[in-house]
Amino acid sequence: MSVPIARSTPPHTPYHPRWYRKRVSTYWWLLQWSYFRFVLRELTSLGVAYSCVILLCLIRALSLGPQAYEDLQKRLASPVLVALTVVSLLLVLFHTVTWFSLSARAMVVRMGGKRVPGVLISASNYVAWLVVSGLLAWLLLR
Amino acid sequence: MAKRPIEPLFWTLFSGGGVISAFFVPILLFLFALALPLGWITAPSYESLHHLVSLPLSRLFLFVVCSLPLFHWAHRFRYTLYDGLQIKHLNEFINVICYGGVIVGTVVSAYLLWNF
Repeated sequence: MSVPIARSTPPHTPYHPRWYRKRVSTYWWLLQWSYFRFVLRELTSLGVAYSCVILLCLIRALSLGPQAYEDLQKRLASPVLVALTVVSLLLVLFHTVTWFSLSARAMVVRMGGKRVPGVLISASNYVAWLVVSGLLAWLLLR
Repeated sequence: MAKRPIEPLFWTLFSGGGVISAFFVPILLFLFALALPLGWITAPSYESLHHLVSLPLSRLFLFVVCSLPLFHWAHRFRYTLYDGLQIKHLNEFINVICYGGVIVGTVVSAYLLWNF
């Protein structure tokens, strides 16, 4: 026995099901510490951008001459810029810390067939960071 | 042949900039924007700094330190706005601001360091 095939579409009303999507508040990242830390980590990029701009201003002042360099130093010592710098520095440091713990998870280093534990990778990153920072400071200030 | 997506390149530049920002930016920002202007440490003379920056190797270093972290900022900030504020409809505008900012910053740093 064959099943009859419908030749024309049966009467129906057009209907598209609505997706079930819960509205997420714009301030979702304020509700939980871990969410907030995630957004804070992403916002460290602002500190990075600020640092680049300051560095570019410094290079420009250096190339313009001693007077321009002196003026920029005075401007950098103004309360507003000091506050911005302190915030940016904290953000950049947070970036360094989170970046090192992230690279411990992202990098798979094998030694003798075994995966090097993340703690060791983070630790070596910190050591390298201290060495690089010390070296740069010595180069610039000697 | 399938079109190669550009996204992997962006993520490579992003992580390159992340590494540079993690290693070099904190000490440079601390010294040049805080410790030296506020007189916490004895500042090197203008001449010695000028000489140091004028060396080709330091100019190359400074170019990398100024441009890659800017890209890191653009890529990360773009997605922060995307996730945090849910402003999908402004996507194009945000892209122009972020990646345009990187292009401007890179050109400015190349110009400044080339003519230093």
